[in-house]
Amino acid sequence: MIAGTSAADLALLVGGLMAVLLAASGVGLFLQARYSPDGSNGVVENLNDRVRSWWIMAVLMGIALIGGHAGVTLLFAFCSFAALREVMTLQDMRRSDHRAILAAFFVVLPAQYYLVYTEWYGLYSILIPVYAFLLIPVIAVLRGDTEDFLMRVAGVQWALMICVYCVSHVPALLSLEIPGYEGRNVMLIAFLILVVQASDVAQYVWGKLLGRIRIAPNVSPSKTLEGLIGGALSAILIGAGLSWITPFSPWQAGLLSFVIVMLGFLGGLVMSAIKRDRGVKDWGHLIAGHGGMTDRLDSVIFAAPIFFHLVRYGWSLT
Amino acid sequence: MVTRILPEIVATALVIFSRFITAARAIWLGSAPENRRRVYFANHSSNGDFVLVWAVLPHRLRQTTRPVAASDYWLKSPLRAFIGQKVFRAVLINRIPEERTEDPVMQMAQALDAGDSLILFPEGNRNTGDDLLLPFKSGLYHLARMRPEVDLVPVWIENLNRVLPKGEVIPVPLICTVTFGAALHLAGGETKDLFLGRAAAALRALAATTERPRA
Repeated sequence: MIAGTSAADLALLVGGLMAVLLAASGVGLFLQARYSPDGSNGVVENLNDRVRSWWIMAVLMGIALIGGHAGVTLLFAFCSFAALREVMTLQDMRRSDHRAILAAFFVVLPAQYYLVYTEWYGLYSILIPVYAFLLIPVIAVLRGDTEDFLMRVAGVQWALMICVYCVSHVPALLSLEIPGYEGRNVMLIAFLILVVQASDVAQYVWGKLLGRIRIAPNVSPSKTLEGLIGGALSAILIGAGLSWITPFSPWQAGLLSFVIVMLGFLGGLVMSAIKRDRGVKDWGHLIAGHGGMTDRLDSVIFAAPIFFHLVRYGWSLT
Repeated sequence: MVTRILPEIVATALVIFSRFITAARAIWLGSAPENRRRVYFANHSSNGDFVLVWAVLPHRLRQTTRPVAASDYWLKSPLRAFIGQKVFRAVLINRIPEERTEDPVMQMAQALDAGDSLILFPEGNRNTGDDLLLPFKSGLYHLARMRPEVDLVPVWIENLNRVLPKGEVIPVPLICTVTFGAALHLAGGETKDLFLGRAAAALRALAATTERPRA
């Protein structure tokens, strides 16, 4: 267990999460018995797939938290790897890109997470935006293939920023030094993930119940204004209610939740636009009911770096 | 003891490695992963093709499924010979007709008679060009005539040519799928060209079902 983590807080959080998941499983089983005994109702089956995947994700997250700093960093490094694999799969690339992509997977990704683990803020915050940005096109140009050059190089850089740089700001939360909050940083990760996921689930539910006005019919037809407002209000309330696990007051927690929700929503739209451009519905098939790793992470991706910097400037000594 | 366990360990390591790199997923369209004698015939664009088909098969089927491979490649060094003969239990075929002491089709038929299934790449060589498939060699037809009761299952391997292009050593992680189609059999009176054309068409039809990004 992480030194100094309030065991009581963690137990309460885990207990609460278990209760929510148990309730979700119960509702899912009831709906299945009632509406889909032969597995023919797609919505109910998908709901149950999602709940089962939630259990697996919660258990993995729990194991990582027990593993402490290294466990959490490794978990998100693996998430980055799986997401990068999905995003690169959908890119148009040529045989001459092989070395550049190898560098992205086996040099840049491990280096970024190593720097996050060793808390070298000055370097991990510029490794991909500066050094990978310069290195990748150099590797590509040395192969001498100029066709679609800008698009290919930009594609690799974008994939690295999205899948590695942004995601690595989740474990980076562990490096913040907040007076009076020592040893409890892992709760910041729990706060971010819970608010993002609560917002996703609440937007889905409110959208299904009340959704009328489509916000972006050309990009993501299932996103509605009613879903967004209902989901955002629910997630802000949940975030404010979770202030006891954070260094924030309830008001601050609510405001930060609002920022997280909006970035998550906009990030989801951006990622949908890319999927639409590539002509696919999901990024992959890694997580039953959710699609790929990138589908599950898309809201976290945009929220993580901004949340990290807000907390760093507002609360941290480093 | 070691000679029995070591190949099993190497096989498991190869399967885990190929899953790590490709997140390989089997899609069964028109046939199911059943334990019956089959010839899986697949497109061939990468050295990893066989491992990928093998990796997505259930463990039980994997133990009774052998690749058909070229002896000149797999007997070149002791390491390759170990992997080819002990780990994959490949049916090794001499590609040079003048040097042959055994009939390749007979070798395959004997493996089927022993209760094993086969993985066969009817294109013969790795396809590195822009065409979806190279013309099929005739072995698949002769085997179908010699053992007409055996299921011939078309298998489309998607994306592996991008994971490990010819000439590269380290694979890049990209998602691959392996799609299994409905079994074929030789029809009464079907000529070699008609049959091979039908087999190639079955593979092309599977290729068309895979989800791929728009170019």
